[in-house]
Formats: sequence, C-alpha cells, structure tokens
Amino acid sequence: MNVSAGSLDRPNSYIGRSVSRPNAKRLLEGKGRYVTDLVLPRMLYAAFVRSPYAHGRILSIDTDEAAALAGVRAVFTGKDLAAICTPWVGTLDHFKNMKSPPQLPLPTEKVTWSGQPVVLIVADSRAIAEDAAELVMIDIEEMPALADPVEAMSAGAISEELDDNLCFSMKLDAGGVDEALEAADLTVEQSFIFGRHTAVTLEPRAIVADYDPSENRLTAHHATQTPYQFQDVYSRHFGIPEANVRVIAPDIGGSFGMKLHVYHEEMAAVGASILLGRPVKYVADRMESFVSDIHARDHRVTARLAVGKDGRITGMEVDDVTAIGPFSSYPRTSAVEGNQVVRLMGAPYDFSAYRAKLSVVFQNKVQASQYRAVGHPIACAVTECMVDKAARELALDPFDIRGRNLIPDDSYPRKSPTGYQFEKLSHEVCLSRLRSLMNYDSLREEQAKLREKGILRGIGIALFVEITNPSPAFYGVGGARISAQDGAVVKLTPSGEVHCAISVTEQGQGTETVIGQIVADQLGVDRAKVRIMTGDTDMTPHGGATWACRGAGIGGETALQAARRLKANLLSIAGFILQAQPGELDIREDWIIEATTGQQRISLAEVARIAFFRSDTLPPGTQAQLSVAHHYAPQGYPFAFTNGAQGSLVEVDVETGFVKILRHWVVEDCGRIINPLLVDEQIRGGVVQGLGAAFFEECLYNAEGQLTNGSLTDYLVPMACEMPDIEISHVETPTRDTELGAKGVGEAGTAAASAAAMNAVNDALAGHGAVLSQIPMTPTRILKALGKI
Amino acid sequence: MSGKIAVSLTVNSEEVEAFVAPRTTLADFLRQDLQLTGTHAGCEMGVCGACLVLIDDQPVHACLMFAVQVDGCVIETVEGLTSRDAITDLQKAFHERNALQCGFCTPGMLVSAYGILSSGKVPSREEIRDALSGNYCRCTGYEAIVDAIERTVGERWRAKVAEEEA
Repeated sequence: MNVSAGSLDRPNSYIGRSVSRPNAKRLLEGKGRYVTDLVLPRMLYAAFVRSPYAHGRILSIDTDEAAALAGVRAVFTGKDLAAICTPWVGTLDHFKNMKSPPQLPLPTEKVTWSGQPVVLIVADSRAIAEDAAELVMIDIEEMPALADPVEAMSAGAISEELDDNLCFSMKLDAGGVDEALEAADLTVEQSFIFGRHTAVTLEPRAIVADYDPSENRLTAHHATQTPYQFQDVYSRHFGIPEANVRVIAPDIGGSFGMKLHVYHEEMAAVGASILLGRPVKYVADRMESFVSDIHARDHRVTARLAVGKDGRITGMEVDDVTAIGPFSSYPRTSAVEGNQVVRLMGAPYDFSAYRAKLSVVFQNKVQASQYRAVGHPIACAVTECMVDKAARELALDPFDIRGRNLIPDDSYPRKSPTGYQFEKLSHEVCLSRLRSLMNYDSLREEQAKLREKGILRGIGIALFVEITNPSPAFYGVGGARISAQDGAVVKLTPSGEVHCAISVTEQGQGTETVIGQIVADQLGVDRAKVRIMTGDTDMTPHGGATWACRGAGIGGETALQAARRLKANLLSIAGFILQAQPGELDIREDWIIEATTGQQRISLAEVARIAFFRSDTLPPGTQAQLSVAHHYAPQGYPFAFTNGAQGSLVEVDVETGFVKILRHWVVEDCGRIINPLLVDEQIRGGVVQGLGAAFFEECLYNAEGQLTNGSLTDYLVPMACEMPDIEISHVETPTRDTELGAKGVGEAGTAAASAAAMNAVNDALAGHGAVLSQIPMTPTRILKALGKI
Repeated sequence: MSGKIAVSLTVNSEEVEAFVAPRTTLADFLRQDLQLTGTHAGCEMGVCGACLVLIDDQPVHACLMFAVQVDGCVIETVEGLTSRDAITDLQKAFHERNALQCGFCTPGMLVSAYGILSSGKVPSREEIRDALSGNYCRCTGYEAIVDAIERTVGERWRAKVAEEEA
C-alpha cells in the first residue's frame, strides 16, 4: 500500500493541526442533547429515600403512605430489586486476596454510608416522587460509624460477609532499602494527608432506562464514558441477552472518570423500568451527587527517602493507607488508585531500592474510586515534596537536585523498581525546558527582592510520569469485562464522503474531532466530509471507550488502521476503473491521483457512484468493499507512559493564610500531538482540577460519618478569579508501538499540579518553620502550620 | 400540587401564556414546559451559573426564580440570543478558541459574557475572571473562556471606534 498521502508528517496533514471541534457549535447554541434533557413517551421519574445514618441496621420500611400519593406509580425496596438483579462484587483477580462485599441496587439488611439510597419512588414527575419520598418511614437502628481509616483497620467488619475491613493490601520490595537507609547521609521522612474530593461534573449523573418487555429489550440513555461496559453490566446482572441491551451515551456534561462506575441508583432505575415496562428517568440533584458520586483520593502516606550528601537519591520507602468507603467499586474496583500510588512513587528518578506497603480499607463513607489521574497526584506530591525537602536540607536548588537524579533520556527502554516498563521518556529535556519557560532565574531574583519587602512568593516544580494507553494488563487480566481494544467501522458513502463509527467516546475533550482528523488525513479527504459517530453500542463496534487517556492513542490508532484498509480497497476499485495499478494511485483532497505526479485522475465521488450504482461496469467477480470494520488492541508495552514537568508560582499571605496562584507552567510529552489546541486545553483543565485539590476541594466528614459540606455553596470548586493563566510547552516522543505514535494527555495536568503547588507554598514558607504536607492547603492549615492559630 | 397560576411573559421574543405550579422554578419551566433545554440545571442553588438567563436584559439564575415570579417579564435564553444573532461573534470566538469542552456550563457562560459585553466597558483579564466567578466550569480551566471573551470585547470595541471615526 502506498502511504505517501497518509504519511503523518506531510505538509497539510490534518495530524498535528489545531482545528476546532465541529460538534462544539451546537453546544454553543444551547442545542446539546444531554441525558438530563431527554423526555420519552410514557416516561416516569425516580427519586430515592436515603439513609440519614452512616451505619445501621434496617428494622422496617413503611411505604404505604408514599404509595398512596396521587401520581406515584411504584415504590421499590431492596427486596423488590434483588429479585431481578444479581449482586455485584468489586474485585479483580490479579489483586491477590482482594475482597469486597456483594452489592445490590438497594440494601436489604444494612445501610453502610450516609446518603445510601434505600427506597426508590417512581412517579409521574420528579416533584411528586420527592413528595412521596418524604412520606416513607424507615426505621434504622444506628450503629457506630467507622469514618477514620486507621481506626477502621482494626475495628470489627462493617460488612457481615467479611472478617475485617481490609479490602486489599500489597507489599512491594525491590530490595536494598534497609541498606540504602542505613548508608544514607540524609534520611528525610514525612507524613502526608490527601483529603477526599469529588468530580463535580456540571451535569450530574443521569439515566433514562427504557425496557420494552415485548422484545425483552433494554435501551439505556446513560450519561457515561463507557457504554459498552454498561451494556455488559446490565445484560449480565438483569439477565437480558447482551444483543438486546443498547446503551446510548449522547452529549455528556463532564465525567472525569466519575461516570464510569456502577452506581446503585442507575441499577435501581434500570430495575424499575424492567418491573414497570416503562421508561424511568433518574437525574442526581447536586446534593445527591455529593453523597453518591464516587469520591477520590483519601490517602495517608508516610514516606522515607535516603539521600547522599551529593543529593543522589539511593532509596525510598512508602506506606499508604487509603480508605474507599464500605465496598470496592464495580467493575473497576477501588484498589487501582492505591496500586498506582505505590507503583508511581519515585518514577522519574534513577534509583532501585524501593519498598512500599499499601492498605486499602473499608469505612462508612460513600465509595471512593477512579477519578482523573488515578493515584498520580498522590505519588507525584509525595515524591516531589520529599525531593524538595531533601534539597532544602542539603541547600540544593530544586532544579539541581532533580537534574542529579533523573533517569537520563538516553537510557531507555528501562524498567522501574515497581515493575513498570518505560519505552522512552524525556525528563531531562522537559526539566530544562521548564526552567527556561518559567524564566526561573529571574523568578528567584524577583522572589528575593519581594521577600525583603515582606512579600512571600514561592516557586515549586514537580516532575511526573503518567500511565496512558492501557493494555489488557489493566483490567482484562483481572477478569473484568472491560475492553482494551477498540473497533471502528469506516465506510464510504455513495457521494464519496466518509462515515466512521468508533468505540471511543466523547465527553468534550474532542475525541470525535481527532478521530475525524485521522480518518480524513489517512483517506485524503476533506475533514468536512467525514462524519464521526460515537457513544451507541448498537451503532458502533464494541470497545473500551474513553478512559485512562486511551482515546487518542488506542482509538486513534484504530481509526488510522481502519482508514488505511478502506483506502486500500478504494484504490483497488479505482485501479479497475482507471486500468491502473492500485500501488501507483493515491487519494488526495477527495481525488484519486497519480501517486508520483499528483495528477488528478478521478474523483472519489465518481468512484463511489460507480461502485454503488454501476457495479455492472466493474470487472466480473469484483465485489467492491466500501465499508471496513477494524479492531485494534495495544500490543508491545503494557502502557504508554508519558512524562512532563510543571511549575507553580504562588504568593502566600502569612497573616490570613490565603494563597494567590500567580502562574502555572507545564511541559508535557504525550508523544505525537494530533491537535495542539485540544491537547493544551486538556492540560489546562487538568491543571485546574489539580489546583482545586491542592487548595480548595475537600469532602469534610464529622466523626459520625456525616458529610458536612455536601453542597455547591459549601464545597469549593476553583473559580475563574482564583485560577492563573497556564503556559504550556511540548516535547514529542512518539511511541513506536503504533503507527500514530500518540499517547494520552487528559490526566497529565492533574497528575502534578497539586505537587507543584505544594512545593511552591512550602518554598514560600521556607524560613518560617512551616511545612505543609496535607492537601487541600486551606488558609486554616497554613496558619496552623505557621503556628498562628 | 394543585392550584396552578396563570403567567404571561415574553420568552425569546415570543409571547407565552401558561399555567404553572407555584413551586415550579423558572429553570424547570423553561426546560420542561417550553423545551428550551439550553438552560441547564447544575446545582439548583444559584452557585454554578449553568442556568443563567436574561430577565429584562439582566443575567439571573433561573434556578432561583419561580416561574410565577417572572409574570410580565422579558426572558431570553441562549436559544433566543442565538436566533437573534446577539452573540454570534462571541460564539465564534468560543468555538475557535475551544473555550468549551462538555458544553454544560457554556450557555450560562455566554449569558454572563453577554452581560460583560453589554456593560460597554473594556474589562481587563482580571476583571473578566472576576465577572465569571458565578460560573463554574470543570473542563477548561477558564483560560480559553477568558481569551474568547477578551477577544470579543476587543473586536466590538474596535468596531465601535471605527464606526465613530467613520
């Protein structure tokens, strides 16, 4: 096959071009089609009665009065739904000895977190359903709540099915840590606390479940990243043939990992639709989101770093205790975050003596699980804070100590002490680029001058490694029915245009745009003539969809290979028509051309017309293949690791504890960049979520396990006025595992932003005897660290 | 809830007469009764700004108003602003700058930006950021939105100056 026109680096290639998103225009006109907007004929509305207690035994439920309210169509309890839905258990086989209790849509015996849905009301309107919810009487015998993870580790089991509250534990030991600590000139030790926070997608979770008993057919319009995963879940747990389950994910108002987990309310809504034979809609309101969406992080980490007086890191030891709620989430589990925390520690640096212990603990709070940059911010903040601490003690500059310890750019491929295989990273070039991007030396001069005036500025940097393009090593090997492959159907239309249905999904990051760029580029057609379809299990091949930064890398490669196959078919047909060798032809700007001269021979539209409507004019026996179905699964490296460096400049007011974030810089290497405009905005959005975690966002609980700030007035989301402009620079090290060479980028911003911010605050406070090792770094915590309160 | 109340208002230049329950919010009335789903409900407590609409040309949270309160008012939503070409330049700037991702906050952002543009002032970036503090965006990190508004403010200002000079 001649690939000259499809070569990724040719002039006018769509690959590497900043083009805007065709599907963003209707969103700008208020014509988005979100699940929250959807109304179907005969549709009913769901509302839930929730547990007011974090832990307790259900003694009785009285729904008579609620059921009698005009407009109420049904009231369901745990037993009603347990009769039609098999339980689910959030474990993965490759996490040895992991355990988690079975879950049902609604509980039958016990409540295990405050806000847990207990009774489902289905009514003619949401307002009536909520009226009825107030009439339900639930008698719960309150039990002591286990809110604190350390306490939960030794307390009696929350779940009656289990012996203790340890979901999963793991030890990693690459050897040599004791020796390194013993021989070290300097040992730095620090404990860290990472608070719980949550995704706060602007569109809350939403589903319209539409079961048609006449065909035993379920259609779920579901605001999710992963329609194929939910097709599998609904099919298996409700006993409906997979081919009869269709999941449609239309426009999604933000997800960030939150909307790919199984939630009790969605399962209950599907169950209600099955029991009633009518469409049932459930939309979480914001108060419900806070107590039922997954929370993230919640780690207590103690780390020790062995360092020589030359600043060389010789060993690291880490202990992470993370609390995940009363069970592990399904089907991805709540152990992935902790696993990635302990495996990503120290990842940018060249040392081998590493030891880690991970404890994943049950407690009486809402489930915690994967959210953007799973585990990365914890590993990055701990590592980078420890490195800065060592630098301060040795009077080394933060750039200097990192320069002495980075894995050299010319030493790849290599394996980390935790078992990760790095194909090729670019730490040295990223660090040096960051230094010039920040204008670091001037910043230090300015900092010193301002310090004389009593103005405390801090400069922090952080290096990171990010996991992208996961292979089946991520979930498949653990027994989860989560695809690592993607599929695409690319077809020529009778007018010579192109339609591509693909299994990666869109949540606004620009998936459809980059797939369109790749298909147009590879087929040599105008981007405006390529239509991309995503988010419908009936209309697209089964695939992994979009998560873990796999959309561009794996979805993009799928599209590239599919488009190349279709192109070969089209050139073959054109060869018959033109009586030329297909290898001598190419496609450019919607025309079949002479490959060597570029001379136009026949338009693609004419090829399509002949192939579709005048096949009688083609040679006998020719069957023109005008659609191609193609699947691609990553092979080679289990993950495509990316890397980068971030810098943060802050100003701390030691009287009030307030921090002004002045600037933020990112140098990022995500391999081949398909659309720089979209990549930069992924980074900026990611950084701001990381800064939110660093300064504002925290789900606060009292000792009884009650969330005390579960509303958008109390929970602080970063606002425009608090966020800085973010300057970005790129290094491109394409992966050689694919033709496309793209790696992921969606989580890079979040991975290191809080680490850079933490180092910046501690840099500002250096000399004031204060070290912050807990995020969010609230004014109160800063003043406490300063000993002012 | 019985006892619906008659309201008469103008929505996107059209006269609307309806009977609404006293507890129906303006956001629900627009979204459910009139099927104007461009107005979004993100928090239903006046914090996130996804539900902003214009009431008598002022940005107001539709989730904090009851439909009965807007009897006699002139309401404009993103659909109305779009159809009368009031924000075409702003939408173009948002599109070209990729100042939106999931798009859920976008209608509210555009209504806030309309308010900024209507003030006739030329705000600094900091002032634009300040004026957007009632609009949460979880996807973009805000910078692209500030860029798009700044660009539109500048373009309108230059057009106005050119018009005055001509």
